[in-house]
Amino acid sequence: MSFLRLDQVSVGFTRYDGLIRQREFRILEGLSFGVDRGELVALIGASGGGKSLLAHAIFGILPSNAVVGGRIHVDGTTLDAPLRQRYCGRRMALVPQSLSHLDPMTRCRKQIAWAGQRAGHRLNAVSIESLLARYGLDDQAANAFPHQLSGGMARRMMMAIAAVGDPDLIVADEPTSGLDGENSANVLAHLREQADCGKAVLLITHSLSEALAFADRVAVMKGGRLESIEAASDFAGGGEALRSPFARALWTALPQNAFSAGGAIC
Amino acid sequence: MTSNWPLFVTLRIVRLAFLLAAVAVVAFMLAKMSPVDPVQAYLGPAIAKVGPEQQDLIAQKWGLDQPPLTQFGKWLGNVAQGDLGMSMTYNEPVVDVLAKRVRASLPLMAMAWLLSGLLGFALGVTAGAMADTWVDRIIRTYAYVLASTPTFWLAIVLLVVFSVGLAWTPVCCAAPIGVLPEDVTVLERLHHLILPLIALTVLGVAQITLHTRAKMIEIMQSDFALYARAQGASLADVAIRHGARNTALPAITVLFASLGELFGGSVLAEQVFAYPGLGRAAVQAGVSGDVPLLLAVALCLTVFVSVGNTIADILYHVVDPRIGATHDMEIRP
Amino acid sequence: MTEAVETTSRASSRLRINKRMLTLAATGIGAAGIACVVAGAIVFGDFGIATDFSARLAPPSWAHWFGTDQFGHDMFARTVHGLNVSLWVGLIAATLSAFIALGLSIFATTCGQWADRLVSFLVDATMGLPHLVLLILISFALGGGTHAVIVAVAVTHWPRLTRVLRAEILQLRNADFIIVSRQLGKSWWYVGRHHFLPHLMPQMLVGLVLLFPHAILHEAGLTFIGFGLEPTKPAIGVLLADSMRYLTAGKWWLGLYPGVSLLLLVLCFDAIGNGLRLLLDPRQAQL
Repeated sequence: MSFLRLDQVSVGFTRYDGLIRQREFRILEGLSFGVDRGELVALIGASGGGKSLLAHAIFGILPSNAVVGGRIHVDGTTLDAPLRQRYCGRRMALVPQSLSHLDPMTRCRKQIAWAGQRAGHRLNAVSIESLLARYGLDDQAANAFPHQLSGGMARRMMMAIAAVGDPDLIVADEPTSGLDGENSANVLAHLREQADCGKAVLLITHSLSEALAFADRVAVMKGGRLESIEAASDFAGGGEALRSPFARALWTALPQNAFSAGGAIC
Repeated sequence: MTSNWPLFVTLRIVRLAFLLAAVAVVAFMLAKMSPVDPVQAYLGPAIAKVGPEQQDLIAQKWGLDQPPLTQFGKWLGNVAQGDLGMSMTYNEPVVDVLAKRVRASLPLMAMAWLLSGLLGFALGVTAGAMADTWVDRIIRTYAYVLASTPTFWLAIVLLVVFSVGLAWTPVCCAAPIGVLPEDVTVLERLHHLILPLIALTVLGVAQITLHTRAKMIEIMQSDFALYARAQGASLADVAIRHGARNTALPAITVLFASLGELFGGSVLAEQVFAYPGLGRAAVQAGVSGDVPLLLAVALCLTVFVSVGNTIADILYHVVDPRIGATHDMEIRP
Repeated sequence: MTEAVETTSRASSRLRINKRMLTLAATGIGAAGIACVVAGAIVFGDFGIATDFSARLAPPSWAHWFGTDQFGHDMFARTVHGLNVSLWVGLIAATLSAFIALGLSIFATTCGQWADRLVSFLVDATMGLPHLVLLILISFALGGGTHAVIVAVAVTHWPRLTRVLRAEILQLRNADFIIVSRQLGKSWWYVGRHHFLPHLMPQMLVGLVLLFPHAILHEAGLTFIGFGLEPTKPAIGVLLADSMRYLTAGKWWLGLYPGVSLLLLVLCFDAIGNGLRLLLDPRQAQL
């Protein structure tokens, strides 16, 4: 039994079509897959394809005109509003996409303390410091306003906030967008570490090449639907072991594979 | 921007000076254009007893026989020295009239301003946080209806209900009639203040509420508010920690910018309750053609309102910690 | 979701009551209300102008819905007449104001930077002044009366719309089709008539309708304190100013009904403004 299990999840929006008629436009359709404890699953899809909506659907923060279908199960129980209120921050945490997810008018230290309170922990200065130290952040970063952080620091800050409640499930939404190679690897290594500690980690990203080094399994999305779920180790050679042609096309389209067209990586 | 804010403040103050000069010129021109003859207005029915020579003498004494430009220069020179002239209606120096009137109006306007700010902010935050619920609908309807309500009519309704119908509050004025000003107690003053205060506050609330609500909805939809929800924050938590903190500055800005409206409201409310404040003085000056007083009131209020606007402007540009930083650093690949 | 991946739009059409229907319904009611006022004023004609001393200061009844005043005038008829007066004064003043806004916004966008600065100073100055003081001053300068109110309201209410139109013109000027049209050798006059006007008209119209409530309220306020319409006209401000003398004697209906009617008139215009905005630019409000 997977810790997080999606069962035919769909996300759409009602929009005005003409003057007064409303229609529902589906963005995500029939997503079904699971994430086990101790496992890092990467959800791969094109930029702007609506992957982030899935993260927002899990945490219940979609806009009010969104329509979510299907079921989301966490630890064997169907996630509904009251359960979500209990689980958010405590058993499941989100690492959001951009700096705009931190309150621009509040110093980071305070935002961590707030996240702690929301997860049911009263954090003192020492515990905040040790938490930040784990993510390579110092006192100066803690006292900064979000806009004063660099991209990599901001991402680690959000990872630290997600770790406050010691959750069993971490959903990271494009945690490497806008980061350079070194910072990206750093962030992904932290996520891998969490998975190795027995947490379930869902990594939502558009970058297959970055995800492969850290993921156990890869869910490939195409046009709002799930194309296939592949083992990360199957992305090798010419991709012969991959189940779907689309995944194979993605794999062979990667720059490093174009150079080794003869199948030098064995 | 951060390093430039002294420049910004200086520019705003220069602009304010220009504005005051422009207002002085325009107000003077308008007053001179008026077909109301100040001498006739001054004499009233007694004009029949005063011969044309004597009328000319009065005009001469007031300097009305000189060309308008000379009159303007003289007036401006006097104003610069703090001499605003004589009020014809009150037969007192304009400065004294203003001082008295401001003393009566200031508590009323200051309290209405503060109360409407606090109440409007609280209502706006509540409505915005609970957008599209019945709470929001009630607050929004209240604000919309009030924004369309004529100030003076609301004052009339309050007067009819509380002063005439229930007899809880006095019918007029700032103090009981026939009591010497020095004998009036604070309690009596408050008793006379309460209805005008309610009228002004209730109306002032509408603006702030609608503005705060709109801003609040924007913030409740913002990434950081949604992220707070994803951290397990309750609605109240998000509304207070993120919503109220981030809407406070825009609300204060609107509050400062709404001083003009507040004064407009107080003119009408003072008229209904016969409250001897600045607004009533302005009306009195207009009705009786008391040009020096009218000009003085106009200038005094322009200073008051434009200083408010300038503060709002400066607040808006200077206080936000983000200004000067590259706020949006998201680079979409 | 700009790069929309062949969106699976299993679009289920639903036609249940939504916000837009309510907005449009409110617009219809508002328009009907205003039509009733105009029609009512015509139907009543001189009724309510004539004095009837046999029924002085009568409280509301079936014969006189809003009661009668000290001369035995039927207050309902007078209120309808008053609303009608407000309507016309508001219409003329708001239209003048809208044209001032149009003129200034064109001036600001076509006559160089100094013109733009001047207009922006004028806008700030007018918005910075307490409206009522300016209204009193202008009305005082013109000696009061209907034309004074119209002028006073017209020259104080243009700033907001000027800002909107200025921004709109600036945006249009850089729009591709305008640039192409100019490059094809069309004169500014042609471009102005065929491209700018059709885009500016909706903005003008909405701005005009939304000006009404302010214009009407300020007209009534100015009249109430004695700087507005002649005391002989049955304007709402006059009715309410007259009522002040009788309120302490318990004649509440003189004060209540005209005010409620004015409030309803203003709300009618608000509703029409909102509906027009939706009809003219349905994309903008994805509510």
